[in-house]
Amino acid sequence: MAATQDKSIIRSIDWLTIFIYMGLLALGWMSICGACYEYGEPKDFLSLASFDTRTGMQLVWIGSSLVLGTVILLLDDRIFDTFAYLIYTALLLLLLATPFLAHDIKGSMSWIKIGSFSLQPAEFAKFATSLALAKFMSSYGFRLQGSWRNLAISAALMLIPMALIVLQKETGSALVYFSLFLMLYREGMPGSFLFSGIAAVAYVVVGLRFSEQPALGGLVTMGDVYVALLIILFVLILLFVYCRPAAIQESSDYTGASGSFYAIRQRRYLYILLFAIGSIGLHLSASTLVDHLAEHQQKRIQVLLGLRDDPSGVGYNVIQAKIAIGSGGLEGKGFLNGTQTKLKYVPEQETDFIFCTVGEEEGFIGSAVVLGLFLALLLRFLYLSERQPTAFGRVYGYCVFSIFFFHVLINIGMVLGLMPVIGIPLPFFSYGGSSLWGFTLLLFIFLRIDAGRIRMTR
Amino acid sequence: MGVAATIVIIIYVLRLFSLQLSSDDYKLRADSNAFLHRIQFPARGAITDRRGKLLVYNQPAYDIMVVMKEQVGIDTLDLCRSLGITRDWYERRMVEIKDKRRNPGYSPNTQQLFMSQLSVKEFSQFQEKLFRFPGFYTQKRSIRQYTGPYAAHILGDVGEVSPADIEADSYYRSGDYIGTQGIERSYEKQLRGIKGSEILLRDVQGRIKGRYQDGRFDQQPIPGKNLTLSIDLELQKLGERLMRNKLGSIVAIEPATGEILCMVSSPSFDPRTMVGRQRGKKHRELSQDPMKPLLNRAIMGLYPPGSTFKTSQALTFLQEGIINPQTAFPCSHGFHFKGLKVGCHGHGSPLPLVPAIGTSCNGYFCWGLYYMLGNRTKYHSVQEAMTRWKDHMVAMGFGYKLGVDLPGEKRGMIPNAEFYDKAYKGSWSGLTVISISIGQGEVTLTPLQIANLCATIANRGWFITPHIVKEIQDDEIDTLYTRRRYTNVSPVHYRTVVEGMQRAVEGGTCHAARNPWYITCGKTGTAQNRGHDHSVFMGFAPRDNPQIAVAVYVENGGWGANYGVPLGALMMEQYINGHLSPESEQKAETFANKTISYGSYAR
Repeated sequence: MAATQDKSIIRSIDWLTIFIYMGLLALGWMSICGACYEYGEPKDFLSLASFDTRTGMQLVWIGSSLVLGTVILLLDDRIFDTFAYLIYTALLLLLLATPFLAHDIKGSMSWIKIGSFSLQPAEFAKFATSLALAKFMSSYGFRLQGSWRNLAISAALMLIPMALIVLQKETGSALVYFSLFLMLYREGMPGSFLFSGIAAVAYVVVGLRFSEQPALGGLVTMGDVYVALLIILFVLILLFVYCRPAAIQESSDYTGASGSFYAIRQRRYLYILLFAIGSIGLHLSASTLVDHLAEHQQKRIQVLLGLRDDPSGVGYNVIQAKIAIGSGGLEGKGFLNGTQTKLKYVPEQETDFIFCTVGEEEGFIGSAVVLGLFLALLLRFLYLSERQPTAFGRVYGYCVFSIFFFHVLINIGMVLGLMPVIGIPLPFFSYGGSSLWGFTLLLFIFLRIDAGRIRMTR
Repeated sequence: MGVAATIVIIIYVLRLFSLQLSSDDYKLRADSNAFLHRIQFPARGAITDRRGKLLVYNQPAYDIMVVMKEQVGIDTLDLCRSLGITRDWYERRMVEIKDKRRNPGYSPNTQQLFMSQLSVKEFSQFQEKLFRFPGFYTQKRSIRQYTGPYAAHILGDVGEVSPADIEADSYYRSGDYIGTQGIERSYEKQLRGIKGSEILLRDVQGRIKGRYQDGRFDQQPIPGKNLTLSIDLELQKLGERLMRNKLGSIVAIEPATGEILCMVSSPSFDPRTMVGRQRGKKHRELSQDPMKPLLNRAIMGLYPPGSTFKTSQALTFLQEGIINPQTAFPCSHGFHFKGLKVGCHGHGSPLPLVPAIGTSCNGYFCWGLYYMLGNRTKYHSVQEAMTRWKDHMVAMGFGYKLGVDLPGEKRGMIPNAEFYDKAYKGSWSGLTVISISIGQGEVTLTPLQIANLCATIANRGWFITPHIVKEIQDDEIDTLYTRRRYTNVSPVHYRTVVEGMQRAVEGGTCHAARNPWYITCGKTGTAQNRGHDHSVFMGFAPRDNPQIAVAVYVENGGWGANYGVPLGALMMEQYINGHLSPESEQKAETFANKTISYGSYAR
């Protein structure tokens, strides 16, 4: 019995994802070698694999991750469903306890020391939250659309760990949870919510970007003018999308009764008016909002937006990252031959800025291959999610997609100077056991759930 | 959502494309980040005399370097004592080093120059205590050293480049050395060699981590070329000894080659005192000395040539047909005409040319110039005659720089028609300017030009531009220094003048130059000036196939025979015989010990 189940598992596992995973692990280890290699040390494999070096330690993390993944694949897929809330609650308690147990590392209170290893519980909260969301949203008769209660509970499941992580002063890791709104959108959250969120970000960015240029005789800033134009543009788009007669007639709550058409339209006008008022309110409080951010975060945003030219301060990281990547050229400088990373010009090069090593040593070709692998992984997640027979599998799959997407989007975007400097790791590349284990758990649990679909459909 | 992810990845790939492939900008910035191009200085070429005796070489000197971050907590008092500096100096220097404006390359993690050019002795004393001063390092450099206290003006010296030097030649970087005087300057390009470079990897804190690609792109420095001077060190030594406590110059030229055998300018200084840290102080001292020891009088001193100039006049008058060797002019204690009087000493009258040169008759040459400038059958105007005269002078190497391979040469003064037109508002004649015929008046020459005049006579009508560098290692000297330059006077006339100069030695003003070994030709000069007369002599020997032509100029030395003749004779003897006879040696010692008092008036 056990033997046939094993066989079916081997047949039903999505090997393509595992291949991509292995490929990323291998490239990731090469990058760690590039980032941690000290100039003048021997370059043979045995020295790189020595356990007293970071490259050797990363091999330990990779090996243990493979064991972890195998163990998960051997577990029964139903235990994730069964123990979802338990795991979630346990992780919340751990997160709650973390600031009290943690040592201060560069202002972050997120690391727990166990023996000679440090563990970052926040990295494990991602899969736990995903499981809890999947469990909740797959409960009998669950409906997101039209149920404010369900939406609120779903959001709360996301926001509680997020708040706990903010308490650990790991704002970057906390922001990851926002990505789960992508999953909510897939599960029926109105698109207008997502649209409002994106619009809000647009107001803040545009408002800040032009906040120092006066307009209309100094009464307002160019930021105000541009935001006003944006609001008008968005309102026009909303009016076009939601208030055309055709759009109203196609909507689900249109009954065809003549009074109902106007009622719907009136309600939609009201919403759009609220959107406009909210937009103005948001923009007016934008500067106040910025004042509430920590100073280094304010700076990071301002540097990214080009408000501030600060080559030795926060901007230094971004400039050095761009120099390192830009100097790689088409083919790169070769394994362990990067100069910028070897000579420590790039800060945090083995963690958040690991992609610099890829850019410098492997060049455009290597970087594009890495980006291609990530894209393949993301698209595979979507494909696998959509083939799930259960809402549990689908929701979990979208959570995995959203989290990976956010990490790749922010981390590589930051290194390329397209996104603000938000300190989150690049999956499978950044040095460290916690994040590698966290992503491995996230991914292999999904693969195990996916492998169980055969039984469900049979 | 798949579409969104795809779009994001495509944007990122495009961004990678623009960063990595569209420009080299980031590559260059990465290189300037990580690569430290450390310059390797080539050894400067050595300098020897014409017989291969070493004159200038390189010696190690040591710079004291400091790394600010590492030097905390040392005993500064102990350090100051060990280096022989004051506490005050130390404090000031530390502030200077940290001043990014004055020291743009400052980093607290890298070595900064604290003190430069310690001698080997100072260095070895400090080296013993170095362990007590963490953060302090020593760095070897090479500086110039000289084998003896001779030829300071010729050899010149080496100093740090000025901003103007850097502007003019991109080879130099701040802190490099460049020849500032003498041949160090005029042969800078040959002596300096070519800098090499090694590419070192520098980490973010400025620490050196090793060589880029194990030195594959390093370039070895190419050492500078050695120079062989035409100077004869023994002759130079004798000249400097003879000119002790006198102002003036001795220049000797090998007529056949134009090679300068010695170039003495007095007072001089010991070039060995001009190296290392005391250079600046010493230089300031010398530049304030009223006797101007830094001035190379041989090429910068502008003197009236006095009677030595008469030879050039004889040649001109002969060539122009104003006189022939038999022409005789009267002289009754000078030139008396229309109320103008140029004095002369007692001798027979009238005299033809050869004895006139031999006795240095003023009257003869005054008459010569008078007849030349007054000749209206040959020249339409006095201006035309004057122009012809000037052309002869210029062809003999006067009035313009000769083009010696030393910096700072002066051109001297040969007046022309325009000059006198301006000075006398067009109303002048041969009489007005008569004193130029005896090397007085407006005419000035450098001692080098006088020596060159003598060499030209020795060659009977041509010279090669005098030069001080005989050979350049693996290179040719400039063709300027191998090409004959002919004057406008026929060799026949030169033979007549040579006869006159022989007469001067054998029975005239230069009789003290007579010797049993070879026939000497000479001409004295006694140049009038504000103070006591200058004593001048030029001569060459042997008469046929001359080996040396010498000019001696002793300021305020009186008659040409007082100093000029004996000094010139000693120089010729030293060079031709290779040594001085015992009697001559005694004579040399006597002259070396003579002092001319110059009072205190500024020169």
